[in-house]
Amino acid sequence: MAGRAFSFWLTNYRRVWRGTLISGFLGPLFFLVAMGFGLGALVDDGVGGGLGGVDYVRFIAPGILAAQAMQTAVGESTFPVMGALKWQRQYHAMLAAPLGIADIVLGHVAFVAMRVAITSAAFAVVAAVLGAITSWWVLLAVPAAILTGLAFTTPVFAFAARQHDDSGFNVLFRFIVMPMFLFSGTFFPVEQLPGVLEAIARVTPLWHGVELCRGLVMGTATAAGSLGHVAYLTLWAAGGLWLAFASFRKRLVT
Amino acid sequence: MISAHRLTKRFGGFTAVDAIDVEVRRGEAFGFLGPNGAGKSSTMRMIGCVSPPTDGSLRILGLDPAKDGPAIRARLGVVPQRDTLDEELTVRENLLVYGRYFGLSRAHVRAKADELLEFAQLTERANSVVEPLSGGMKRRLTIARSLVNDPELLLLDEPTTGLDPQARHVLWDRLFRLKRSGVTLVLTTHYMDEAEQLCDRLVVMDGGRIVAEGSPRELIALHSTREVLELRFAADDHAPYATKLTGLAQRVEVLPDRLLLYTDDGDATAAAVARRGLEPLSVLARRSTLEDVFLHLTGRTLVD
Amino acid sequence: MSAVGTIARALPVPAGAGLARTLVERNARAFRHGWVTLVSGLFEPLFYLFSLGVGLGALIGDIDAGGGRTVEYAAYVAPAMMAAAAMNGAVFDSTFNLFFKLKYAKLYDSVLATPLGPRDVAVGEITWALLRGLLYSTTFLAVAAAAGVVHSWWAVLALPAASLIGLAFAAVGMTVTTYLRSWQDFDYIQLALLPMFLFSATFYPLSTYDESVRWLVQATPLYHGVAMMRDLMLGDVSWGILAHVAYLSVMGVLGLLFAARRIERLLLR
Repeated sequence: MAGRAFSFWLTNYRRVWRGTLISGFLGPLFFLVAMGFGLGALVDDGVGGGLGGVDYVRFIAPGILAAQAMQTAVGESTFPVMGALKWQRQYHAMLAAPLGIADIVLGHVAFVAMRVAITSAAFAVVAAVLGAITSWWVLLAVPAAILTGLAFTTPVFAFAARQHDDSGFNVLFRFIVMPMFLFSGTFFPVEQLPGVLEAIARVTPLWHGVELCRGLVMGTATAAGSLGHVAYLTLWAAGGLWLAFASFRKRLVT
Repeated sequence: MISAHRLTKRFGGFTAVDAIDVEVRRGEAFGFLGPNGAGKSSTMRMIGCVSPPTDGSLRILGLDPAKDGPAIRARLGVVPQRDTLDEELTVRENLLVYGRYFGLSRAHVRAKADELLEFAQLTERANSVVEPLSGGMKRRLTIARSLVNDPELLLLDEPTTGLDPQARHVLWDRLFRLKRSGVTLVLTTHYMDEAEQLCDRLVVMDGGRIVAEGSPRELIALHSTREVLELRFAADDHAPYATKLTGLAQRVEVLPDRLLLYTDDGDATAAAVARRGLEPLSVLARRSTLEDVFLHLTGRTLVD
Repeated sequence: MSAVGTIARALPVPAGAGLARTLVERNARAFRHGWVTLVSGLFEPLFYLFSLGVGLGALIGDIDAGGGRTVEYAAYVAPAMMAAAAMNGAVFDSTFNLFFKLKYAKLYDSVLATPLGPRDVAVGEITWALLRGLLYSTTFLAVAAAAGVVHSWWAVLALPAASLIGLAFAAVGMTVTTYLRSWQDFDYIQLALLPMFLFSATFYPLSTYDESVRWLVQATPLYHGVAMMRDLMLGDVSWGILAHVAYLSVMGVLGLLFAARRIERLLLR
């Protein structure tokens, strides 16, 4: 039954996919080129010493991979969810279909995961072509990015289903997503941050996603470390799913 | 107040308003009656100085809208067809801000807002946001807003469309009070009861043209009979019955669901129908309305 | 006011009643209800400044800011963040917010039934965008100064400079908005903004680019905004700054004229 909800979103996507190319694909690519190559020249040759011999572009490519997974996931889990609850009311139509709450949530979450998979894979290919990623371990980094996306998708679903207007999203984007993007190890090691901030950065799911992806493509991963990140991200995804079920039930079944 | 001569509005190849002549006098309530798409709203937009005429001449309050739009609008009140309330503001703020658009002082609009909230029976909701208000409340707020500059001329485009009967009567009451206080009302409507209730004089529009003009009573006297007999038969097609009724009324109109017999004495005609051995499912004798006038003039009903 | 009216009528400028300030007042009231959004806008440029300036800055160290000056990376990137914030704020106000008011809230349908004309709408909305921008840039400048990355008293002029950037982008953004059909079209605005934000010598000097593409970077309005801001905040002011001012001024005035025209077309049919 969740498959029916998934195919609904897929059909819908066929009509609007062009626009998502820009935010989902070109955006991360622009960041990679500007930061990796442009700014990378300053970092690598900088008097500050750079990253101790590692090319900056190779450092941030996996970081951007994980960060774009987060951004795609959050973007697809905010306004579309609110729209399906409030404006176009597709969820209500599905309930009448009849699909259960779990089918509706899982179907939509699966669609978001697919969107994250597409953008992550596309980014990985381009990063490889540009020489920013060189390891075959990238084949595991893409699923890692999808898992990172899921760790955001389900909690944000739960959050979005409790919102009645979009002002909460503003706070989410500006005070949660944006700072995570900038401080959770995407652009520089979190060790650069002052102690308290570093500790906070290390509990964010994005930092675990970034570290997992980076460890894989740069070949610095340890089995224990990677499994730890995977477990942490899975915990977020599963906990979020549980909350999302509760939020959706509260909103849709009254 | 308004003087239009051969006033025309074209959008590309489509003529929305086709060379109409209109004269509105101070203090009267003047109506544009017609179905959707007759050109009423386009005419109202031209009178409201937000749509330049394509052709013909138009003078409002003795001024030319092309040159003196702001000066004219300063003396107009406009109630658009769709409520365009500011949903980011509260009920009271809607009035305050709108008053400021007219360049009125803050102190003046504050006093005026209290007065208008009272008038629109919205004092209790003054600090509520606009969105949760009922349709009738929003409409009353839109009308209150249009009065913030004490307009000499109030333009109302379909003032009661979409409201329940009770809300309509409340609104009509407010509009009567305004008229009594000397405000000139110009309104469009496709409800004949509204036109009969509110208008001293009206024009009937169809396809961008004026097809009749006069007071509601004059129009009925001129274009219809005193009474109408409505007959319903147990049949899908009412047309065959029309031939069986010839000679019983001055005119017979066939509608999909009933027949209308135009006559000066409905009860007598009903008796005559019975004598011919016809047995309608229902018989209703009523006074002629503007709906009948419109049907006679255009061959169509107003609301369809 | 009548003198202004006469001049306005003589010029090819759309009609207005000189009441644009009342629309600013309206926006200020509306924002009292949505202040969280207003305040949240303060933080984005600051987050960028600290992420890049502090986090990355330590990896980079001092860099050559042109003209033989060497500054720490945070001081180099701060003016760019301020310029980019002015651009982003102005574009957001003049596209997203304006589109909503134009197409959904139908705000101007009611506004134009009053003495206000399309010129008042254009001037009012842009003035509001500039005031809001001024609030943001003042905060940013104060924080940047407190963080020690502002090097000169010339930086006081960074405030009007930010307003000039805002004006130029708001005016053009407004014009573009009048052509948009649906929310999906906003992706194209993003497509113009993001590369400009990333590539206009914001994060690294123009000299990083190959000679053959520098002219392209220099043609973008944000490049001029960033360069102007950097000259002021690093206290490296020369007559050359007037070229940046001229570029943005022309863009702003032309944008304003077009915007008011387009709004007139759209609303006064």
